[in-house]
Amino acid sequence: MPSQSKQEWLEGTYRKAVERNPERAESFRTTGETVLDPVYAPEDIPSNGDLGFPGEYPFTRGVQPTMYRGRLWTMRQYAGFGTAEESNERYRYLLDQGQTGLSVAFDLPTQIGYDSDDPMAMGEVGKVGVAIDSIDDMRTLFREIPLDRVTTSMTINGTAAVLLGLYIAVGKEQGVPLDKLGGTVQNDILKEYITRGTWIYPPTPSMRLITDVFRFCSENVPRWNTISISGYHMREAGCTAAQEIAFTLANGIAYVDAAVAAGLDVDAFAGRLSFFFACHNNLLEEVSKFRAARRIWATIMKERFEAQNPRSMMLRFHTQTGGATLTAQQPENNIVRTTLQALAAVLGGTQSLHTNSMDEALSLPTEKAVQIALRTQQVIAYESGAGDVIDPLGGSWYIESMTDRLEGEARDYLKTIEDLGGAPAALEQGFQQREIQEASYRYQREVEDKDRVIVGVNDFAITGEEPPELLRVDPSIGRRQVERLQALRAGRDNAAADAAIAALEEGARGTDNLVPLIVAAVEARATLGEISHALRRAWGEYREIVVV
Amino acid sequence: MSATQESSSDQKIRVLIAKPGLDGHDRGAKIVARALRDGGCEVIYTGIRQTPQMIAEAALQEDVDVVGLSILSGAHLELFPRIVEELRSRGLDDVLLFCGGIIPEEDTDALEEMGFSAIFRPGTNTRDIVSFVYENVTAA
Repeated sequence: MPSQSKQEWLEGTYRKAVERNPERAESFRTTGETVLDPVYAPEDIPSNGDLGFPGEYPFTRGVQPTMYRGRLWTMRQYAGFGTAEESNERYRYLLDQGQTGLSVAFDLPTQIGYDSDDPMAMGEVGKVGVAIDSIDDMRTLFREIPLDRVTTSMTINGTAAVLLGLYIAVGKEQGVPLDKLGGTVQNDILKEYITRGTWIYPPTPSMRLITDVFRFCSENVPRWNTISISGYHMREAGCTAAQEIAFTLANGIAYVDAAVAAGLDVDAFAGRLSFFFACHNNLLEEVSKFRAARRIWATIMKERFEAQNPRSMMLRFHTQTGGATLTAQQPENNIVRTTLQALAAVLGGTQSLHTNSMDEALSLPTEKAVQIALRTQQVIAYESGAGDVIDPLGGSWYIESMTDRLEGEARDYLKTIEDLGGAPAALEQGFQQREIQEASYRYQREVEDKDRVIVGVNDFAITGEEPPELLRVDPSIGRRQVERLQALRAGRDNAAADAAIAALEEGARGTDNLVPLIVAAVEARATLGEISHALRRAWGEYREIVVV
Repeated sequence: MSATQESSSDQKIRVLIAKPGLDGHDRGAKIVARALRDGGCEVIYTGIRQTPQMIAEAALQEDVDVVGLSILSGAHLELFPRIVEELRSRGLDDVLLFCGGIIPEEDTDALEEMGFSAIFRPGTNTRDIVSFVYENVTAA
């Protein structure tokens, strides 16, 4: 007799089978340690009734009515190293290869507000991204790239307003009106305090700089995504899928709160908020994560912030495959990991995607490795058929059950953070940091105890691997950047630059919107370091809350 | 290692885990700090963005037996010699040095010459790091 319910099956057919032949593990768990059922059935999906359709609230099945049938996701490879010339070459190569948007990686001094000749920049210039000190570098970076025809995402936070100012200034030089500029600044300082680490100023003035960008862009650069609220780095630091959703959306709530408190109307800016998630190895959990995140954000924007425009409720997001999942051992296996992760992002409805290169556990990627990573997206897009139907896994009992479960777990975390006073207050108490570290350490233990198998690392290892060919950043780059800075300072009108810096510092002590003052400073050829130091003088610096 | 679990706290090996340079990738450093602590060491973790002077000063103040440096930005060949220099200028010549992070194979010789006794790359089992510390610190 066939079982009439899941319960009957579990107690009958299933139990008998397990008693005869035990399963290969005592339990099967998600990244969040949730123990999975052996099978899912209709009774596992309480939310099934309000699943909705693509392009409609609460957007569980996707933010657009046609998704990839209308337009494929944007293939946006994060790139940049060395000087502006070298990075400009890599961007033009990527555009030639069929990439559809740019994503700029900046070096750490640029991200933290130091010029290339600052003592704090020693050894770091041009290493993890391109070095940008002034409008001269920015102009070179986008040489022969028309800013009205590409969109540019910039991974920049503490100095986001400065890089936005530089982009606007270069756009003006190219003759592109502000309302034709499209792109994104990451501009998400809260996750920098929690885990990524490129903070500069204390939270209060940092949040003011962020809301200044919101306001300036809503009035002047309407196609600009003013923030990319990022779970990626928290996931990379070791948190679970549910924590990634919760900590990201908690930060999102804090930004909306700050903007509303600054007097902005929610529908004037919320449509330009964008998100950024990681995609790790558990394929079906990841697909569910994106769906759950969309549903939670939609309800928060509608119910808590009373947004009226549906666009304000849409969680639009970029995805990057999981850098921390890449192995230095047998690096070719990373192509397969990246493929699975990219597929999950597509099945989860991402708006844009970066696929990691196979050699990134070893160094910055070589051109060959980057090409394979881009080809991976193209194979998924043009050969797999995964984008031909919207939300193709919708209705799967497992996917819907997992989506509901992640939503529940994330909402519990959101409640805890709310009780601690919101995301900024919680991180100052070290809450998110501690949660991330607990999860990260637990994962490490599981790998070391072989509770989790990492192919090629703790199982299926080989000895005597040939080291692959790696990209090495030219060590003379630091010296060349310093020479460019010296030439800049010798060749500019220093009185004009100083006056612009003084005006900015005064503005920082007051309440004027700082974006126009920053644009004026970069146009007077003031450097990124000079601008950042002016703000340091006005606001002071953040001190890390160390939690181990 | 079992003997170390029984040793009293004043005999614990003291380890400084430091993040030189500007990169914020502290997942590995924190895991290593915690694994060493679980392994019976007294661990001081500096936090990110430490200059060579700050690291050497912390090593001196904390009277450590071991300094472990974690870096993923690629600035190790510029920063590590400065750190070694700052340690020596404070008379910390016999501190055991190790490092980890994204460090290309071809840099191994240069780092060994600087005085690093081990380089732990991605995929390392933290138990190997704990064993390394116990096998190479004789003072405890």
